[in-house]
Amino acid sequence: MSDHVDDILSTAAGWRAAGELVAIATVTETWGSSPRPAGSQMAITKSGRMAGSVSGGCIEGAVADAALRTLESGVPQLLDFGVTHEQAWEVGLACGGKVKVFVEKLS
Amino acid sequence: MTPDILAALEKARAAKQPIVLATQLPGGEQRLLPDPAAPEAVNEIARKVLQSDVSGTHKIDGVDWFMHAYNPPLRLVIVGAVHIAQALVRFSTACGYATTVVDPRRSFASDERFPDVEISTDWPDEAMDAFKPDSRTAVVTLTHDPKLDDPALDRALKSDAFYIGALGSRRTHAARLKRLAELGHSEDSMARIRGPVGLNIEAVTAPEIGASIIAEIIAVRRGAPLPPKSGPKSPTP
Repeated sequence: MSDHVDDILSTAAGWRAAGELVAIATVTETWGSSPRPAGSQMAITKSGRMAGSVSGGCIEGAVADAALRTLESGVPQLLDFGVTHEQAWEVGLACGGKVKVFVEKLS
Repeated sequence: MTPDILAALEKARAAKQPIVLATQLPGGEQRLLPDPAAPEAVNEIARKVLQSDVSGTHKIDGVDWFMHAYNPPLRLVIVGAVHIAQALVRFSTACGYATTVVDPRRSFASDERFPDVEISTDWPDEAMDAFKPDSRTAVVTLTHDPKLDDPALDRALKSDAFYIGALGSRRTHAARLKRLAELGHSEDSMARIRGPVGLNIEAVTAPEIGASIIAEIIAVRRGAPLPPKSGPKSPTP
């Protein structure tokens, strides 16, 4: 079902086909109480469109910023959010979990 | 992700073929699995990831690979194009279930009543034979009519469906189990049928009953502990 709210890849592919610059962020590992399991995805366009999620809303802003950098550079990133990481305090991973997110460009 | 990988992934998904996208971390090199050209041990990991439907990072020869399972959607067959079915399809499609409604009564199974889902007006046994329920399929019967519900339940019990639910009071359900036993189904096998269907949330309206049914399907799928159905109903004042 391509219009399903959880089918982020199809949404991203649709945006790409329409000429948008699109990055995909995917949860690759979680520890503790992260609300979204590995495989959860978020798509981000340079024009500012967003679909899906990689957490309960705590880190989506930071991931979107990273996605824009990957769209600029074309270089993928493996982001590490957790209580031991400074950035986690900045963006506030309130759930206390840890999560790794891979960000790549749809070329 | 290269256009080639994306196109191949989308093609496999459109063909409802289970497939794994393996991404090397942190570099980002990608390949689709299983692949005859890949080492057998790697294909074996991919098959396990698909079977468990749990994506995750696996270390292969000292390198981290994120194995992302793309399984075809879970399926739901609803027998009985009744009012509760209209409510249930909204929840099931929202939860990602590819949903089919079966009812040979064309006035019930109309496009107007079910605009967004697949409809079959075959008899339930034929429809179920064509549908081939598997371990990623849930079956719910809602007609209350033994000549429609029973053949569907018979086929469901002979399948690997992960969830089987049947609408009807405890008395209706007891009579149903007796008829299914006459068709040769054992008590153990019939214990797979959740009847009365749905979590007990004292649902009254069609949407509420639909919500209780989808919640029970999710609970069974995710392995949540559920109370047995057979216990005596607490007396109502």
